[in-house]
Amino acid sequence: MNTTDEREASDIEELLPWHAAGTLGHGDAQRVEAALAKDPELARRYELVREELAQTIYLNETLGAPSPRAMAALLTKIDAEPARRPAASLNPVARIGEFFAALSPRTLAWSASAATLAILLQAGLIAGILLNEKSSSGYETAAVPSSAGDKGDYVLIRFQPQASAADITKYLETNKLSIAAGPSAGGLYRVRIAGSKLPQADAARIIKTLQIDPVVGLIVPTK
Amino acid sequence: MQTTSDEVLIGRIASGDRLAMQALFARHHVRVYRFVLRPVRNEATAEDLISDVFLDVWRQAGKFEGRSTVSTWMLSIARFKTLSQLRRRGEEELDAETAGAIEDHADDPEVALAKKDKGAVLRQCLSKLSAEHREIVDLVYYHEKSVEEVAGIVGIPEATVKTRMFYARKKLSELLKEQGVDRGWP
Repeated sequence: MNTTDEREASDIEELLPWHAAGTLGHGDAQRVEAALAKDPELARRYELVREELAQTIYLNETLGAPSPRAMAALLTKIDAEPARRPAASLNPVARIGEFFAALSPRTLAWSASAATLAILLQAGLIAGILLNEKSSSGYETAAVPSSAGDKGDYVLIRFQPQASAADITKYLETNKLSIAAGPSAGGLYRVRIAGSKLPQADAARIIKTLQIDPVVGLIVPTK
Repeated sequence: MQTTSDEVLIGRIASGDRLAMQALFARHHVRVYRFVLRPVRNEATAEDLISDVFLDVWRQAGKFEGRSTVSTWMLSIARFKTLSQLRRRGEEELDAETAGAIEDHADDPEVALAKKDKGAVLRQCLSKLSAEHREIVDLVYYHEKSVEEVAGIVGIPEATVKTRMFYARKKLSELLKEQGVDRGWP
């Protein structure tokens, strides 16, 4: 083996840990695969790397997880932070507000009429979904799929934008709820309301109770 | 299920969305906790550190430019805070008191070897690596960070990342050999 070959072999050997972890780029991964295929000694050393990978994961997984105190401490610190003025580039609501402020009164009046129509249309759609729920088994979105196969009973909730994290946490704790997934692109969370499937009448009663809280913007059952 | 990306959550956090902060915390806090627990070796201190890390995320989300992944960015913050904490404590080396605070999940090497549990011996030797070597091993194997990402988190050149990982593995082989496990490498 000449010096260039030795350097190449050394380079490849140094990449083995990343190859085992699956974090190499496509080109490097192909180089390593090719070298492993033709060099049995390198393949044997690669098995040593894989053992190290497995035991490092095992060791870290035995470290446990933090208590809920960490989340509570974070929320307390965030609540103590000064109210922030949202960055214009990141806050579409602020940008929309600025846009309307710049319109003339006449344009604004026409815009308001159009907006009212849009809201009525949206309200009709939501009412339709909720009414259909009585005859069908529930509401489902592509982003927040149904709980088919799960033992628990779930709902989809969109919280009010002005509700603080502390408000929502309190709401979840008070009602013994847990967030199972989300948020989806539409801000919907899949929330578990019971550990087992409830009769439809019981689920409807619980949902009626849950939607009274002001933190809730929208709540619908899932399939 | 399609979940909101970390980058989208950071955008919402920058706008003051506390729920997005909770979602990001739920997604990453265990890994960040384990990353800081190893060097500080105290659960309560590690919990304080992760709430500080996520508070920094809350404060700096508007400045996040996406030049690294969110998890890499958070591990960089976590590493900085951990080193600051260790400097404040002035005790980078494990003392007897804190050693007792972390449960040892691996058998003593000789006991493990007697049981012919090579995995347990390997874990014991991993936990005997220096802080520098253990950090890079964890970042590569457990946190699944690329060479470039490790370089960014630790603040060293990419070539040094590779050689440091190589020497960490070499040291591991030496420790294993001392315990009677000859891997035939290096």
